[in-house]
Amino acid sequence: MMNENFEPKIVGFMCKWCTYAAADLAGVSRLQYPPNIVPIRLMCSGGLEPSYVLKALQEGADGVFIGGCHFGDCHYQTGNYQTNKRIALLKKLLEEMGIDKRRVRLEWISAAEGVKFAHTIKEFVEEIKKLGPNPLKKEA
Amino acid sequence: MAKPKVAFYWCASCGGCEEAVVDLAEDILKVVEAVDIVLWPVALDFKYKDIEAMPDKSILVSFINGAIRNSEQEHIAKLLRQKSQLIVAFGACAHLGGIPGLANVANRKEIFETAYKLTHTTVNPKEIFPQLVTEIPQGKLTLPEFYDTVKSLDQTIEVDYYLPGCAPPPDLIMKGVQTLLSGNLPPKGTVIASEKALCETCPRNKTKPDKMVIKEIKRIHEVIADPEKCFLAEGIICVGPATRGGCGERCINANMPCRGCFGPTKEVIDQGAKFLSALASIIDANTDEEVQKITESIIDPIGLFYMYSLPTSILRRKQGV
Repeated sequence: MMNENFEPKIVGFMCKWCTYAAADLAGVSRLQYPPNIVPIRLMCSGGLEPSYVLKALQEGADGVFIGGCHFGDCHYQTGNYQTNKRIALLKKLLEEMGIDKRRVRLEWISAAEGVKFAHTIKEFVEEIKKLGPNPLKKEA
Repeated sequence: MAKPKVAFYWCASCGGCEEAVVDLAEDILKVVEAVDIVLWPVALDFKYKDIEAMPDKSILVSFINGAIRNSEQEHIAKLLRQKSQLIVAFGACAHLGGIPGLANVANRKEIFETAYKLTHTTVNPKEIFPQLVTEIPQGKLTLPEFYDTVKSLDQTIEVDYYLPGCAPPPDLIMKGVQTLLSGNLPPKGTVIASEKALCETCPRNKTKPDKMVIKEIKRIHEVIADPEKCFLAEGIICVGPATRGGCGERCINANMPCRGCFGPTKEVIDQGAKFLSALASIIDANTDEEVQKITESIIDPIGLFYMYSLPTSILRRKQGV
């Protein structure tokens, strides 16, 4: 069943002001992390529609990573608080829908935390590898 | 000139849509006068073979209600598509999958086990389940195949127009029928209802506070709702913000919150995800503990957010069943 060479495909939604900048910092600092994540820049993690996450999973993403600013740091003041509530409720829905909620990960990573970004992605890729491919993935 | 031919058919539905047609009251006479009904199993005796014998595209419009749950429904939907110029998905089940679509949280095996074995009122010691073919001395008896997954009408055949609602209100039905008979057709794929959310026309909208905050979720049977106030502002879940308007606010006026039978507005694909987003936004919780507590108090998100639209949602069904 599980392919030993399974490389998870992860869709990452990251806020422009913090986590996306952290990814940039990780890049210019030449930090090593697995290349499994496809980053999508949002102005704010609060702009993430829950349907984007469902769509990514339905189209076969093995995991969805969402990155935003730490509480109190949101460029738009409360966007990340909204994200926090939405993702909590979305995870509950995903569980009821029969999808492992560990496939969705929300982290607060500031623009200064390139190391945390690289470490988080590494950890998430490892976790998704353990979970195996998304069962919704269409046969190629 | 011959009157245009019209067919009414029901798939997986409760009969409420047929009832809504009857509720046209004297207006139904106008419909009957204007058209020649060629199929209406609930009310009139026609045979499928009569339809099969008709030339292709000879029916002007077929109104089909109900979701597609078995092979007979699929067959007749395809037959009517072949024989009709226009297909109207009539009511929430044909439009979005509807209440029967909630069966997509299970599969055929689980449904049969529950219905024919596990319920307390079932006595079935030989564990007899419905069979496609049963041989008896007189010959073979057949039943349609019950599918694993419930589908909306447009996941089975091409649909031209949608009349939303559970059931569609009579004035909307009349408007739809008149529009189709007038020949002045709206663009294909139109949902014959409002383009705006229910909140736009909700009579309680004026009591909606500028900044909505919910501290606690209340279920409708736990409280006596104030008949004047916005349900959401009171902490009662109302799917109005994520639901298309045009229903006449029948539930709201009966002091019941909206459950979303008109489906999402035009721009939205997934009604449940949209509502989830809106609901989460107005919850007043900042710390993880507060968020956790209120999230846990929301019972059955699928049933609440996708009461009428699970088969047409992005995920379409529960996975792994």
